[in-house]
Formats: sequence, structure tokens, C-alpha cells
Amino acid sequence: MASPRVCVLRAPGTNCDVETAFAFDAAGARADRLHLFRLLESPNLLDEYQVLCIAGGFSYGDDVGAGVVFGAQLRSHLGEAVGRFLNADKLVLGICNGFQVLLKSGILPAGSTGWPVAETNKRNVTLTWNENGRYTALWVRLAVASANSVFLSGIDEIELPIAHAEGRIAVSDPALVDVWQAAGQIALRYTNGEPATAPEAPLPYPGNPNGSIANIAGLSDPTGRILGLMPHPERYLFATQHPTWTRRPERGEGAGMALFRNAVNYFRAS
Amino acid sequence: MLWEVEISPRMGEVDREGQRVCGEARTLGVSSISEVRSARSFLIEGELAEEDVKGRAAALLADSVTESCVVRPLPASGNGCDAAGTTLLNVLLNPGVTDNVGRTAQAALADQSLDVARVATCRKYWVNETADPADVDRLCTKVLANEAIEHVARGPLQLKSLALGSEYEFKLQHVAIRELDDTALKRLSREGQLYLSLAEMQTIQQHFRKLKRDPTDIELETIAQTWSEHCSHKTLAGRIHYRDSDGERRFENMLKETVFAATQEIRKRLADDDWCVSVFKDNAGIVRFNDDFDVCIKVETHNHPSALEPYGGANTGLGGVIRDPLGTGLGARPVCNTDVFCFAPPNTPYDQLPPGVLHPRTVMQGVVSGVRDYGNRMGIPTVNGAVYFDERYIGNPLVYCGNVALIPRGMSEKRVVPGDWIVAVGGRTGRDGIHGATFSSAELTHESESVSGGAVQIGNAIIEKMLLDVILEARDRGLYHAITDCGAGGFSSAVGEMGEETGAEVWLEKAPLKYAGLTYTEIWISEAQERMILAVPPEHWEEFHELCASEGVEATVIGRFTDSQRLILNFDGQEVGDLGMDFLHGGRPPVVREAVWQRDTPANVRFATDQRPVAPQDHGETLKRILGSLNVCSKEWIIRQYDHEVQAGSVVKPLVGVHNDGPSDAAVVRPDLKSSRGLVIACGMNPRYGDIDPYWMAASAIDEAVRNCVAVGADPHRIAILDNFCWGNTERPETLGSLVRAAIACHDVAVAYGAPFVSGKDSLNNEFTYTTAIDSSGAICERSITIPPSLLITALGQIEDVERAVTMDLKQPGNVLFLVGETKAELGGSHFLQVGGQPTGSPADEAVPVVDLETAPANFEAVHSAIRGGLALSCHDLSEGGLAVALAEMAFAGGLGVDVELSPADDPTAVILFSESNTRFVVEVPPESAEEFAASVPQCRRIGVVTRKASMVVRVDTLTVIEESIDELKSAWQQPLAWD
Repeated sequence: MASPRVCVLRAPGTNCDVETAFAFDAAGARADRLHLFRLLESPNLLDEYQVLCIAGGFSYGDDVGAGVVFGAQLRSHLGEAVGRFLNADKLVLGICNGFQVLLKSGILPAGSTGWPVAETNKRNVTLTWNENGRYTALWVRLAVASANSVFLSGIDEIELPIAHAEGRIAVSDPALVDVWQAAGQIALRYTNGEPATAPEAPLPYPGNPNGSIANIAGLSDPTGRILGLMPHPERYLFATQHPTWTRRPERGEGAGMALFRNAVNYFRAS
Repeated sequence: MLWEVEISPRMGEVDREGQRVCGEARTLGVSSISEVRSARSFLIEGELAEEDVKGRAAALLADSVTESCVVRPLPASGNGCDAAGTTLLNVLLNPGVTDNVGRTAQAALADQSLDVARVATCRKYWVNETADPADVDRLCTKVLANEAIEHVARGPLQLKSLALGSEYEFKLQHVAIRELDDTALKRLSREGQLYLSLAEMQTIQQHFRKLKRDPTDIELETIAQTWSEHCSHKTLAGRIHYRDSDGERRFENMLKETVFAATQEIRKRLADDDWCVSVFKDNAGIVRFNDDFDVCIKVETHNHPSALEPYGGANTGLGGVIRDPLGTGLGARPVCNTDVFCFAPPNTPYDQLPPGVLHPRTVMQGVVSGVRDYGNRMGIPTVNGAVYFDERYIGNPLVYCGNVALIPRGMSEKRVVPGDWIVAVGGRTGRDGIHGATFSSAELTHESESVSGGAVQIGNAIIEKMLLDVILEARDRGLYHAITDCGAGGFSSAVGEMGEETGAEVWLEKAPLKYAGLTYTEIWISEAQERMILAVPPEHWEEFHELCASEGVEATVIGRFTDSQRLILNFDGQEVGDLGMDFLHGGRPPVVREAVWQRDTPANVRFATDQRPVAPQDHGETLKRILGSLNVCSKEWIIRQYDHEVQAGSVVKPLVGVHNDGPSDAAVVRPDLKSSRGLVIACGMNPRYGDIDPYWMAASAIDEAVRNCVAVGADPHRIAILDNFCWGNTERPETLGSLVRAAIACHDVAVAYGAPFVSGKDSLNNEFTYTTAIDSSGAICERSITIPPSLLITALGQIEDVERAVTMDLKQPGNVLFLVGETKAELGGSHFLQVGGQPTGSPADEAVPVVDLETAPANFEAVHSAIRGGLALSCHDLSEGGLAVALAEMAFAGGLGVDVELSPADDPTAVILFSESNTRFVVEVPPESAEEFAASVPQCRRIGVVTRKASMVVRVDTLTVIEESIDELKSAWQQPLAWD
């Protein structure tokens, strides 16, 4: 198959779309930065793409909660187009604000089985304010916690930067975590790099930078074709982006490229 | 119908805002306030049924996992105290103040097919009913609400409607200036907030006498804005007669003959290799970067607004400076920000605050949040900064915001063509920021808060991001001829400047407004944020307008550029202003000022320390005190709140080292992901040296900015610099004298270093006056606080290949440490004396660090060659605290120790360890390269080795003078600003 087409969807306030599209292109995809307003005018545009990526930023200023307004637009106006996309053999990636959008719209955690989300349906999981109460930018270590995710194939551990104010996963019922665990939906966990007997035991700051339940940094749907994560893989495209690169031998490409290559290879392999 | 949706943290969730307010109450000493609970609420006006508000509206606005929600109609019932025995305090924005969250909520609710007319936000607090009413009053004014933008409504909200503004009834206003005597002219200048001098007022009067008519209010305002210090820099670009101990000098245009002249000399010397593209003429300076792009830089200050409303002031300060490169040439794409602040110490006791000033900790928290929220939302990494503390910033905190941007080569010039539409793009116009340009040229008083509250603006970074996106697209499609930003002075300044060579006709009624009721003059001079003015040829208007609409950006034709050389202002078909461009831009009488500089007697210079003296030989204690001093200590609390990675160009971050917590000398950024060439951003500033000699202060600031760049690998032949002068009242010859002396140094050092100034800005009148007492005769006793001379030098360097950059953290035990540069007996203005170090009793105590204009460039060149050749594994510049501080920082950043021998020693140990002599570095070199390094760097000296043992050991003539654990040094450095 030829290079997959990637829709890097941007709304007012999205600000990581350029480097995210650059990363997909560098991995061999053909990425377009598409404005949400174009999709609202012509929802069928989405059918032309194999990968939907919602990039980081502050969509609508995160003014009424991170990702809330963008998420409401997907749910209210693009239900059918998004539904077709989720039911096809396609990939969805939400990074940082994009993860918040996937969660607030209801695309995650259930994926196609939960879509469209009923108006009356109350969300039982959210991304909310960091435990320290403020926007925080730092690098974290992450352990891949499920073999399920297409994007994380072949990766055991990776370091990436986070930069967010509302990145703490909170649930209305802690039993949800066990459900996700059983379904292989816990894609990424914050780790301190030491082998852990109980990887879900809460790590102190900065290991777990936001106080997320069970150290969760990223969630998949049950198929592994949808991934939402708070850390930014598109900010580790070059070895020189690593905070201690001057102490390490690696040069050239950065480890974050692997997620984008995995997405491209998914379509090349099939 | 008006509804309130009140949203509180659910049981089990932490009420952070309530805790914060409780904590602030404790700091404030209002001890009767023992409990504070908080909520946020949305006030929603529209044709809404209760079930819609409780259903769809509440579902959108509250997070059902973490928050609970109460919905009630307004006005609310009840008497102010609820059953739990608490008093309710509602904090509401003043009418007309931008409410970004309310605006977004309104659009989002409308998108859910709810009939919503208006939405406003409110913060709610319940304090224990037992609280003393006087304590509650204090809490309201000091912690809960900033009177410049907010007010507190007590008890259940009694609002009935959020409607704002009323229809404006046009009435043309004239100002009878022709008949006024000098006293009346002065009063008109002050009370009309024109802030012009008598000579300027007289010039205007004569102009209109000649025209045989009185000016309209809008004409007078336009002239005042154009002639303001903020917009015309009339003092520094004016005639100055300067005297110092070396003699006297007469300047026709001081800036032109010092700072600009340096750039011209450098460009002439470079001839064909000149890498400046556009300097001192556009909104930002432009230099060459690579084959595809040039790079722009601009640094601005937003001091006065930040003093009144720190969050909004800093927020719009950064928002404003981002629009500068965007309005340079045909528009540049922002790639990173740099922000430098000056505050009074954050631990200043409340009872030592002069009346009318905010507490420095409040100012600092507000400023940091303001910069954070604008930069992060715009998606521009904030990569460099510094914070300086001095008690004299108490009434005038300084907020410098800078932006660096890339512009495609060949797009640095713009030209308005008569017939082009004048197009306003972006945010709407409101009453925000009226008189900002003239206000920023005035002195602050303790009444400024009430007189000038209108000068405070609130930013909306998302509007500016949307604006940025469409402008860059329109630029690449060639849809406009010229662009500039609306900054101080609003449309008046933007249109006035763009149309200076041609002429312009403006139809003020066409400007989109936030609310009804603005007069034509308010529309013209409003400094509402996030607006740009473009010259769009009629044939491209349709495409331009469609492009803007496609991304939700408002674009409106508000006039056209003409060839009349006149500025014609109309409102609804009626002419309200007609000014000749020649008078507006050339009619201002020259400012002539006296300037004198005299070395102060040592007794008057601020060597003073408020700290108890350190025992004479306890150099370890001195070192820890310097590391723990506010200027030197870790700024991690601030840095971690800034996104420094967005755009994926980060190479050297603000914090580096094995645990990512050591202080980097400069930031390195890769602005074009397709190229390995990097930008290097750093700064230098030394207000304390200026108390002794502003010449060497300026020289030291340039040296510091340049050496910071060189330390990470920048090519010293490609460093552009910027000046930002923040000074006191320059009508005093001594104050202006110290500024001129600094400017002369700027010239001399820039030329010697081959580092051209490419842009600059000044902010004068940074003085704060307040009443201390009223004596028995009724006379008012006043006291003024003047800031120290504060010259910020920002440096923009370049590195050929980012993979060649080095950081300051030690890398490997066994490596050799070299000290580069000469250590002189220079302890004047040093941190050694500031923290209570024992004066040496020699002239060193008063000797401020100088710069050797011949050896310095050679040292930079040699260090750069060593870095480029891969000889240096780490490199750190020596600044505050000298060698000892640099060694300590390198060690704890790398998690390694140092063993250093400084022998033989001719100078006192304090000088060897703590002198702040310029142009010095410590460089870590692998043992096998040590000989090559020593041979290639002229002024270098081998001083020791990196050790595995985590301690810092320094010997002078075999005597151990420092032996400290790295962990303790690091903890001393991290502790002061490790705020929760």
C-alpha cells in the first residue's frame, strides 16, 4: 500500500499541528493539517484519510475545560463521519490536548463500541487538573503497559516530555482501571525506570507528574487502533531534543519517531 | 432570564483555590479568616428553560467526574450567610473587561443549540462567618480581587442582566486650546492624560491658531499618542548635552550617535559579509539565518500595566511583542520567547509596602502566570529568561518580553500603495487600554490604580493564534502589501505609521466593537489586544476576507490609504479629524535635555547588605549564601510552568544536567526542522554595577549576554544584540546622564565585539511617588522610589550545527578543568559583598568589573574554536558569584565533584573565588585534549579535575578554602524559590 494519508486535525488554539505533521511526513506518511471548520463543512473529507491525529495545543483556549469544546463539536456535528472512521480499519492518535479531546468527546476509552455517545451518558473518566495545580513541563519515563497498541509496537520503555495543566486521569469508579487492564487498554504508564512489582502503585512527583490514577499516561480502545497520550512523541524527533543528549552518545533521530513509523507500517504491512 | 451554574470540587477532590486563598490570608495576617471554600460559576443570560441549564449547559460546563453543580435563577434569594454559617463573596469582572472564558462558553452553548445571549464568569468564596469584617475587607482587596479589573459582590448575586453598553450618540467634540494660558495648557495635558510637555502643548496651540480653528478631541489624542515617549522615543532620540569627568559631548540624536552608529560601523566593516537585513526601522530587527530564512527579534517592556494588574500586564506584554515580528516585513513566524523580570524581594513584609502597590510576591506570581498562559497557548516555547531582585522595583516591577521569529528571505520589506484598503484583522475594539501609550510615559503614583485602570488590557492568546495562522497563509499567497501591529496607541499608531508616507482616510464607524457606546475617539485610540492592520489591495480583498472567515477570524475594511499626505478621520460620514502627516510626524518640537554623570562617593553606593557578616575565612558559607541569593538561585518554579518544547526545536533547555535541574547559560533552538542550524538566545543584566558606573554596567551586560551564547557553542561573529533601557525620570540630568553613559558603552563594546544592535526600546519614568505624611500646615510630604538603572541586553546567536552545542553540567570524572579569562580584583557591586562577605579593605571592594575590549573578542573566538573542534565537554560562563559559583553549579548539575587548586595566588582569596570579572569561562576538557586546549586558548589556566566524589574542594596555595558537599550546595541553590 502507498503512504497512508494522515489528517492532522486542528481547531482554534491547536498549536502542535506543524511538528506533528512533520513527524508523520518524516515517517513516510502524507499528512495534511486540516482545519476543523473544513470538516464541519464537509464531514466526508474524513473518509479520505487512514489516520486521524488530533494534535496538542489549547483548543478553544481550554476555557471551559481541556478539550471540552472540540470534543463537543466531534460528538454533536461529526458523529457519523467519526463513527465510520472508528469502525474502519484505521488509526486514531490524540496527543496531549488531542487525548483530552478524545476522552471528552467519548471516542476514548470505548472506541467504536461506545460511539455515538448518548446525550444522557455521563462520562466516568476524565483528564483533570494536575495534582500540583499548575501547568507543568518536564520529561518523563514511560513504560508500555500493553502489547495491544499499534502505535507502541516494539517499544518497552520510552522517555518523552509532558507539558500540560490537565493531565491527571480521574475516574468515578476505581474498578474501571481493572476493566481497562483486562482489556489491554492501559497503553502507557509513568515509571521511575526501576523494575516495579506493582506498576500501578502511585509514584510521587515528578515520576508521575500529575497524580494520574494507576500512573496512567496513555489509554487505548480495546482494539489498540486508537491511542490517547499526554506525553508528546512529536517532541522527540531528534536525539538533540532529549534533555541529557549532551551526556549520551545518540545522535540523529529521536525515539519518539517510532510511534509515527508504527502508524505508517500498520498500513504498509497490510 | 439570567441563570447561575455554580461548580464546586466534588467530595474527595482538593479545593485548590480555597486552599490558596486561605494560605494568602495567613501570609497577609488576617487571622480571623480560618476557612475558605471556593467555587466557579457561569452566569448565563438567554431564553433558557431550567432543564436545559441543568442538562446540556451544566454537562458542557462542569466535569461530572470531579465537580458538582448547582443551578439557580438570578437574582438569588437569601441573606448572604448560608446555613453553614459562612459569608459569600462573589468576584466579578468590571463591566467591559474582557472575559475570555465567558466568551468561549457562550459560543459553545450556542453551538449546542441553546438560546444564549450573554455569558459571564464569576469566582465564589465562602469564608467563616466568624471572620472579622475588617479582615474580610482586606482579603477582598489584597487577595480576592484586583480593583483594576474586578470587584467583589457580597451575598447572593442580585444581578438581573449582563447587558453592557448603550447606544452611542454622536457628538463632535472640540477642545478650545487656542485661548488657553500656559497653566491651563499644562492642566489639559495632565488631566486629559495627554502627558505632553508645555513646549509640545504650545506647538500644538500655535499649529491650530495658524489653522484658525480648535482641534477636535480625536486630533489632540492622535498627536499626543504619536508624540508620546512610548511611540517616539523623543528623549533618547533627542538633543542631549552630556557631561562627565572626561568632558562633554553634544548629541543631536543620542541613540543614533551611539547604539545605531555601532551597527553602522560594524556593517561597513563587514562590507560584503554584512549579515544584517533590516535594523532599527521596522517593528523588529532582522538578520540572516540560512538559505531559506532570515530571523527577527524584538524585546519590549510592559512595566506600567504589570504594576497595576500583573497577570493582564504581563499577558498582553508577551502578546504584544509577538505581534511585533508578525508585523515586521511581510510577517514572521514566531519560534521562541524570552522573558526577563525585575521585582522587589518576594519576602518583603506587608507593613513595608508603600500605599497603592501590590505585594511583590503577588506581582511575581501574576506576571509569571500571565507570561505562561500567553506563551503556552500561542504554542511558542519560552526558552530563556532571568529574574532580578532589588527593593527599588517595589513600585515599578519590570517585565521584558521578547520574541524571535523566522521570515522567508526576501520578505523583509513592505510598501503601502495608495488605494489599498486599510484592513483591521483579529480582535474587536473595546474600551480596554485607553491611554496606554501616554500613560506608559508617565510616572506612577499611588493614585495610578484609579486614574489609569482603563489602561489595563486582558489578552486572548487564542485569538492571536488564529490571527497568526491566517496572516502567514495570506502572506504566502501574497494577499497584502504591508502589515503592522496595533500596539500602544491602537489604530491611531498603526494607521498613522503605515500611512506616514502616503496618507490615509479612516471610517471609524466600521470598526467591529465588543459592545456599543464607544465614542469615535475611543475607537481610534483603544489598545484592545490581538489586532493587526494590513494594507490589502482591492483586487485581493475578497480572497483575503474569505481566508480569514474560513478560520473564524474577523477582517474589516476600516478605510483606505490615499496619496493626500493627510490623515482624515470620519465617523458616519462626518469628518472628525484632519491632520497633515508632516505635522503629525515632523511637527514635534525637539526635546533638549541636560545630562550629567558623576561618580558617586563610595559611601552612597549601595554596597550595603542586610545580612549578617560571614566569618572572614568561611568561604563555604559565603558560597552557599550566594547560591541561595534571589538573583542566583534556581528559577525552576518558573521554568517548569513554561512550555519550552513546543514546535519540536528544543536543543539546549533552560535547565540541564543529569537531573535536568542545572542552570543553562543560553537556550539553543532549531527553528527550521529541515535544517541543523540553530539559534542561541541569552541575556545579560547587572543593575547593581550601574550604581557604581553605568558605563561598565552596560559593558558587563553585553559581555554577559555574548559570553552566555558563546558558552553553549554560538559563533561569536554572528551574535546580534538588543538594548532595553529601563530608567527613572530622565528629566533629572543625573538620571539621564547615567543612561547616556550606558549608551556610550553600548557603542564601544558592540563595535569591539562585532555584535551589532538590531533593535531596542526604552521605558523611562520608572518612578513611584507616594504620600508619606501630611504635616500640620497641610503640606503633603512625598517620597519617590526610582528603579536602579536597568539595561537588559538580549543576544541572538547562531550555531552552525546544533549537535555541536555543549551544556554546563560536568560530564566525566578525570576530565581537566580550565579557567579561561583573567580574574581581576573586582568586587564592586558583587554578590560577595551583597550577601555579607567580608570586604577586603582594598580598592577591589569598589572596583566594578570592566571589559578588556582587545582580549575579550580573542577569548570568545578561542573558546568557540575549542567547542566547535569538540575539545570542550562542558562550558559555563562566570557571572554573579564568580568562579566559586560557576564550579558549584557545574558540579551539582553534573552530579560530580571538583578538585581545584588555585596557586600561586597574588590576590585575596575572596577575589580569586568571588570576583565577577568579565569574559571568563570554566571549560571541561578530556585529559587527552588538555594540551591541545591549553595551546589554542591564550588566556587559559589549568585549575583542577572532575572527581567522582560528590564534593567541591578548592585549595588556594595548598590551603583548603572550600570543601562542601554537592548536595548541600544544590539544596542551598534550590531552596529560596521552591514555591509550592
